[in-house]
Amino acid sequence: MRTAWIALGLASVFVATFALAQGAADKRRSGYQDMGEALQKMQDDDTANPGMLFVQLGEQLFGRPAGAANKSCADCHGAGSMKGVAARYPAIPKDADKPVDLEGRINLCRTANQRAEPLAPESRDLLSLEAYVAFQSRGQPIAPPSDPRLAPFRAQGAEIYRRRQGQLNLSCAICHDDNAGKKLAGVTIPQAHPTGYPIYRLEWQALGSLKRRLRNCLIGLRAEAYAYDAPEYVALELYLMDRAKGMLLEAPGVRP
Amino acid sequence: MVRAGPLAVLLALAAPAAWAQQGPRDVVVVEGDAIPEPLATRPGDAARGRAIVANRSVGLCLLCHSGPIPEERFQGTLAPSLAGAGARWSVGQLRLRIVDGARLNPDTIMPPYYRTTGLRRVARTFEGKTILTAEQVEDVVAYLATLKE
Ligand code: HEC
Ligand code: HEC
Ligand code: HEC
Repeated sequence: MRTAWIALGLASVFVATFALAQGAADKRRSGYQDMGEALQKMQDDDTANPGMLFVQLGEQLFGRPAGAANKSCADCHGAGSMKGVAARYPAIPKDADKPVDLEGRINLCRTANQRAEPLAPESRDLLSLEAYVAFQSRGQPIAPPSDPRLAPFRAQGAEIYRRRQGQLNLSCAICHDDNAGKKLAGVTIPQAHPTGYPIYRLEWQALGSLKRRLRNCLIGLRAEAYAYDAPEYVALELYLMDRAKGMLLEAPGVRP
Repeated sequence: MVRAGPLAVLLALAAPAAWAQQGPRDVVVVEGDAIPEPLATRPGDAARGRAIVANRSVGLCLLCHSGPIPEERFQGTLAPSLAGAGARWSVGQLRLRIVDGARLNPDTIMPPYYRTTGLRRVARTFEGKTILTAEQVEDVVAYLATLKE
């Protein structure tokens, strides 16, 4: 018991030092830091964070056999094996040549390993499994893989991020790089770091993926949103994760 | 600041056919840093213009700007206050700033309210449409012209 407390104490000292080390030279902020105190508390308190209900549901699903293979995720992935995984996605799966994000990876296991139907985008089951997997990387620094094959996809994401688009002719960078911290009507523009996904967003009254968030911004610009399975989202996610390299994951996040 | 020369520059705008009946111009003449002629035959109405500016999904102005519209509590801090715009600029100068501010500052973040060309991946619902109609631009300009301080 005593050693456990000491270990916990050390862990929080480490996290605090890490945040300080980041704070000195680094102007990056998670959207968490732009929220009011009430929402920060809601995210921090596992009994108040609505995302935790999905983590629990995800844990149940993880242990439930599915598909023609009648295997559960847990049959192949032992306890603790998902630690750090969310921090390094999107990544290129073995024997593939294109990156997938965490949802894509989970669906790959659904179809190839469980021999079940893929789960629909933004469905409760997919988001719950994702929340359960991502929760196990909470507190870990975002660590994109060094795989050189990812470079062109990341560059594509950076290009989408910087290009003006939509009827309003704005780019992601105009808001999230050049004007972050300012108010768009009443809302503080965050730096768009993907630290909390999947998030419970009060405006949605639901858990949602990074893709759903990106679609919201695209629709705000009056740009045509890409289809859910479009490679453009994976490219943007790769770029955003790289931009947030070293920042700590906080899934499941809460956002206004 | 003023890039256009003294000669009139022709700025062709692809106005959708539906509006042609309402009488907007599909060719807008820019002189210096202004559009001296109204875009529509119906004169602008300042009260309607104020409502457009205040409306977050029509004018969108207060997303970025603040302005003397006290009942709208949430205003933006991305752009200068609209207060005094009518003292700083003539009606023609205001018109060009609303129609297509990029004519004056290519890096501007102010959306082009009366242009349909040179835009990428516009959502299908808005394709080929300007953000404001010619009449709405005139209403907004009429309102801005009243903001003398
Ligand atoms: C007009 C300004 C604007 C533009 C342009 C814009 N966004 Fe946003 N974005 C916002 C605002 C405001 C929020 C926060 C909304 C809220 O909290 O309700 C946000 C939120 C986000 C978030 C969530 C951050 C978090 O803490 O969870 C991400 C990620 C994001 N945007 C990415 C993008 C990308 C990628 C693009 C380009 C396709 C883009 N945005 C374009 C204004 C913008
Ligand atoms: C039949 C065994 C099997 C089942 C069942 C299975 N997986 Fe997997 N899973 C694998 C293998 C094998 C890999 C990848 C190994 C590799 O890429 O080297 C993998 C990879 C993953 C990864 C990426 C891990 C990493 O380190 O990059 C995630 C996340 C994942 N699985 C989630 C799930 C989830 C969620 C389920 C249940 C819906 C599931 N898996 C079901 C075998 C399985
Ligand atoms: C996306 C942000 C944005 C929106 C939306 C926007 N503007 Fe602007 N506007 C700006 C910025 C930034 C400037 C400063 C000049 C520049 O950067 O070109 C500006 C400049 C102006 C100016 C000239 C500045 C001055 O000295 O008075 C006027 C007038 C103006 N805007 C009116 C409007 C009106 C009216 C609307 C709505 C119909 C609107 N703007 C919508 C960002 C915006």
